[in-house]
Amino acid sequence: MIEAHHLTKTFKDKKRGEIHAAEDVSFRVEAGQIYGLLGANGAGKTTTLRMLATLLKPTSGHANVAGFDVVERAQQVRANVGFLAASTALYGRLTARETMAYFGRLNGIADAEIKVRTKRLADELGMHEFLDRRCDKFSTGMKQKTSIARTLIHDPAVMIFDEPTLGLDIMAARTIVKFVRDCRGRGKTVIYSTHIMSEVEKLCDVIGIIHNGKLLAEGTLAALRVRYGEQEMEEIFVKAVGGEGAK
Amino acid sequence: MNWSNILTIYGKELRDMLRDRRTLLSMIVIPTLLMPAIMIGIGFIMFKVVRQARATAPTVMIIGGDDSPRARAALAANEKIKFVPLAADWRHQISDKKVRAAVEIPAGFDAALERGDAATVKIYNYEGEMRSGFAVGEVRRFFTDYRDKVITARLEGRGLPATFVKPFEVKTENVAPPEKVGGNVIGGIIPYMFLLLCFTGAMYPAMDLTAGEKERGTMETILCSPVSRLDLVLGKFFMVLTASLSTVLFSLISMGLTFMIGGAVMANMSGAGAAVRTAGAASGTASMLPSIDPLGMLAVLGMVLPMAVFFSAILLTISLFAKSFKEAQSYVSPLIILIVLPGVVGMLPGVELNTRLALVPILNVSLVSKELVSGVWQWHYLALIFGSSCVYAAVALGLAVKMFNREDVIFRT
Repeated sequence: MIEAHHLTKTFKDKKRGEIHAAEDVSFRVEAGQIYGLLGANGAGKTTTLRMLATLLKPTSGHANVAGFDVVERAQQVRANVGFLAASTALYGRLTARETMAYFGRLNGIADAEIKVRTKRLADELGMHEFLDRRCDKFSTGMKQKTSIARTLIHDPAVMIFDEPTLGLDIMAARTIVKFVRDCRGRGKTVIYSTHIMSEVEKLCDVIGIIHNGKLLAEGTLAALRVRYGEQEMEEIFVKAVGGEGAK
Repeated sequence: MNWSNILTIYGKELRDMLRDRRTLLSMIVIPTLLMPAIMIGIGFIMFKVVRQARATAPTVMIIGGDDSPRARAALAANEKIKFVPLAADWRHQISDKKVRAAVEIPAGFDAALERGDAATVKIYNYEGEMRSGFAVGEVRRFFTDYRDKVITARLEGRGLPATFVKPFEVKTENVAPPEKVGGNVIGGIIPYMFLLLCFTGAMYPAMDLTAGEKERGTMETILCSPVSRLDLVLGKFFMVLTASLSTVLFSLISMGLTFMIGGAVMANMSGAGAAVRTAGAASGTASMLPSIDPLGMLAVLGMVLPMAVFFSAILLTISLFAKSFKEAQSYVSPLIILIVLPGVVGMLPGVELNTRLALVPILNVSLVSKELVSGVWQWHYLALIFGSSCVYAAVALGLAVKMFNREDVIFRT
């Protein structure tokens, strides 16, 4: 489960002064649920998710992930989280198998168990063909599968996806979307950020619309449709952020 | 601190680095091959040039001396000099390296010697030019011998012994042991080389493991794992330290082998001892290699160790601040001057170790190493320098850990 309470993150910039990347963001994601964080570029999605993954410390507010406080118990949080983002790359000079083993060991899993899990993940994701090849020679699809295996090797209870389909071709993106659905099927708590409306419509149980660091609207797709009187997610989003001219 | 995690990170970084051709090049191939290649190459070229120069008799012109056939004939009989007819533009010819020198025999030279009058022979040369120097040496040697013969004849004529004009000899003799002489000659260079290699060996991995990871997007991946930042820094730090010390070690082994093999090859090639001595000074052949105290060398390595820690940590800290490998390079490259400058000051003659200098990083190691390879063990300075170096290293490592905990540095955009 994820619980965010009034999460706020302020950055200081020499030229622009104080930047409120996330402001008073609160939400809750249950186990077996996909929460979609929808926002334009620079809306505060990455900052919010990085706070949940303990990569950034909140300026104020607090959050619990898998029952641990993100500031006080950061290491336990990370041990229970699988974080996949467009910006989380693979070590090019390691093979897919070595990558899984490396992250498995860092998560305190014994080598014998890592072998079992590697085989199982390779079966599930169809990775056997390239398991012992170096990641820098991989196609985008192979990289995505290896990244997924990397996030799953320690079988985390919470999955955080930060625009995972960014820059991917349609087939690689479909692999990710299928994987996200599987996570829900396994009872994991999933938070998924994107700016692609169709992905939100297809995937998410609850949608949070974030803009200028603030969570402006939240609810199921059906509830949002009723609230804004629109069917298309894009129209709902535009209305939620204040119309076409919104900054 | 979790040693299992630190070892896992170190092991992965080591494997990663060993698969990287660029690292292998900077860590193993260049220090192992380049240094000996340069040393042997320069030595070989010097050896050939000097031998060739010595084998060819230098060309010299004689100015005047037409009224002194005895001196002229004796001079012309010298096979080590090739005399060419005098040309009006002899000064230009010397400058243009067409002839190497000219010797001016004053008018009435033979007659002046007969009378016992003073006379001056002048040699014209190209200052600093090697072959001109050889020519001057030969001409000077001829006239010195000629003068000695004249003196001997005069003394015999008067029934006087040779000691009449040379009542006593002056001789110098070295009493310092060879390792002290050697230490004095190359003692400054060895630690300087070690320090420089230590630094350059750590440079590439430090940048690759920090700014390089940020650029490739793997930094965020590893930060998501449940590893503490301290473990992460230490794992990376040990890798950089390994690279730094490996560079020193590989250079040391290859230089040692170069001296041994190169020395033997040079000795075999040389027939003329004089040529080898000249070439040997440049190439550092084994026979010419100044002997140094081996225990002192080990101690130098011991003193360099905390410096390697210091360099590795500082380089990690600075490189982490950069967003890209290229940016890291622009921060780190100028720092080489900080190593070169104290190293050079340490090599200067007359700069002696004192308590204040013993606290200046790099310079202190450079100065104390000069003493160590000469077999001089100043224990209080050694303790002070080792202690202060360890403190600097610890502070640098602490700084690196602090930097890894700063999100504005890790996620600097």
